[in-house]
Amino acid sequence: MKAMPMPDTFFTASPHWGWLIVFYFFIGGIAGAAFFLSALLHLFGRAADRPVVRTGYLVALSGVIVSAILLVVDLSRPLRFWHMLIQSNTGWPMFKAWSPMSVGSWAFALFGVFTALAALGAWAEIRAPASPLRRLANGLPGKAIAVLGGSSGVFVAGYTGVMLSVTNRPLWGDSSVLGGLFLSSAASGAAAVLVLATTWRGRRDATSLEWLQRVDRGALMLKGVLLVAVVVSLGAAAQVLVGIWGVALAAVLIGGVLVPLLMRRGRWSIPERPMMVASALLVLAGGFLLRVVVIFSSESVYVMGAGVHGP
Amino acid sequence: MAEPMGFFTDTSVCIGCKACETACKAWNQLPAKEGGHPPMSGDSYDNTVRLSGEDWRHVKFIEQFSEDRSAGRWLMMSDVCKHCVNAPCLEVCPTGAIIRTEFDTVVIQTDACNGCRLCITACPFGVIDVNPVSKTAEKCTLCYDRLQVGMQPACAQACPTASIQFGPIAQLKATATARLSQLQAQGEKQASLYGADDKMLGGLNSFYLLLDEPGVYGLPVDPKMPTRNLFWGSVSSVAAAVVLGVVGLFGFRERRAVDESDADA
Ligand code: SF4
Repeated sequence: MKAMPMPDTFFTASPHWGWLIVFYFFIGGIAGAAFFLSALLHLFGRAADRPVVRTGYLVALSGVIVSAILLVVDLSRPLRFWHMLIQSNTGWPMFKAWSPMSVGSWAFALFGVFTALAALGAWAEIRAPASPLRRLANGLPGKAIAVLGGSSGVFVAGYTGVMLSVTNRPLWGDSSVLGGLFLSSAASGAAAVLVLATTWRGRRDATSLEWLQRVDRGALMLKGVLLVAVVVSLGAAAQVLVGIWGVALAAVLIGGVLVPLLMRRGRWSIPERPMMVASALLVLAGGFLLRVVVIFSSESVYVMGAGVHGP
Repeated sequence: MAEPMGFFTDTSVCIGCKACETACKAWNQLPAKEGGHPPMSGDSYDNTVRLSGEDWRHVKFIEQFSEDRSAGRWLMMSDVCKHCVNAPCLEVCPTGAIIRTEFDTVVIQTDACNGCRLCITACPFGVIDVNPVSKTAEKCTLCYDRLQVGMQPACAQACPTASIQFGPIAQLKATATARLSQLQAQGEKQASLYGADDKMLGGLNSFYLLLDEPGVYGLPVDPKMPTRNLFWGSVSSVAAAVVLGVVGLFGFRERRAVDESDADA
């Protein structure tokens, strides 16, 4: 490492963000994007899309619950999680528009509320069609929830990458494209989850599946482009990717983006459904590995004494 | 507001005695590492290794020797929080736990911090870490408690060579400039001040006199605010969101077109 110029980000210290944060980035991203895609289907789709819309809202709710637990447990003082939203000494709201974690905390909290409402509506639509809760799924309240939840969901799926860029850590602070990359990756992951949920239940929602496949293709292409953009934008800091992390990132690009894209082309002799499932699983594995590489490649650089070591 | 106060650390007279480290730990009641038996690092005389929640001062040892060890010198530097005028840690802290005091120093309020550790990623100098006892992010407070009663920080008081000097920033800068010219006149051509002007993060209220490049001391050449990436980072996210939205809407159109052609056939 001595020969290359040492990027300033390499002199910083590790925040010890480990597996909990990797899982949050992955699950929270999918939750946000799943709501976003479902909201699009809700607002612009057909009656035949309703089952997938409902699935999406439930996926989002499960993801939000798991994410909230991960985030709170990851704090070194979990019981003080509310300090993110309320100033502990004054009781006034705590908000910093220029700190992605501060804005993200609010977006996450709001997203949680809209997700709960949308999931309640989805439940009422099937189980209690006569109850007034049904209006949370249909009509104007349902539309408003879709718009607000969809916007906050997209925010939740993308701010994590921006938050990493707004640091001084190796790789993270060296690229400002991580937000777009995380968002596109979350969208392809969410489409994959919805495809899996739909095919697994053996439903014949062919028309929704067709749309999901189109969105997934677009999101994957965007992810591929942004992945390359991130690596290019790193400059000298790309040395964190020399070795195992670079190999892993290449695996994300090939196995998690290019191969799933090629599997879509439809000129294979394999039946369509298994192909769809295999491709969705590859997309999800790639999305997870991407978070692993982004977090842990940065962590592999460390300062000892006056010198920088690793990766 | 009181006058801005800070440290001027003249590394040229540091003898590596670690009195500052010890005084800091004693005054601030910082816990011992590894139950009082920290492992030997194998890195020169340095077993503190880095600044952390348990060590708010860290003396770095740099051995510069020729291959046959006929020529060489020791560089020593007592590292600490730089109390940046534009402090990255304070800027991003989502709980408001990090504040600027009346002495223009930067302090983490332990009872407000919830341990999210974002400040650690923001500090360009790797200063902050979690204290395992309080379980909150901690670093040098420039002895805020001592300053409030008119005392000087424990490290500056303990330093036997006046390598660490405490005082009003304006006065320290004058001292530093005079010392720099003195050293340069003596032939120390590489001597320079680090963070003494306002170019680096608006100025470091804990600045240094170095005898070599910043990188040699493990210091970044051009430390920056993390929010430098906020604008383009947000643009990349918003652009991706727009692309995904458009892909979704076109998806509906294509689906309709396919269905219509199916119906025609
Ligand atoms: S040196 Fe680091 S911890 Fe100290 S004020 Fe600057 S950013 Fe904060």
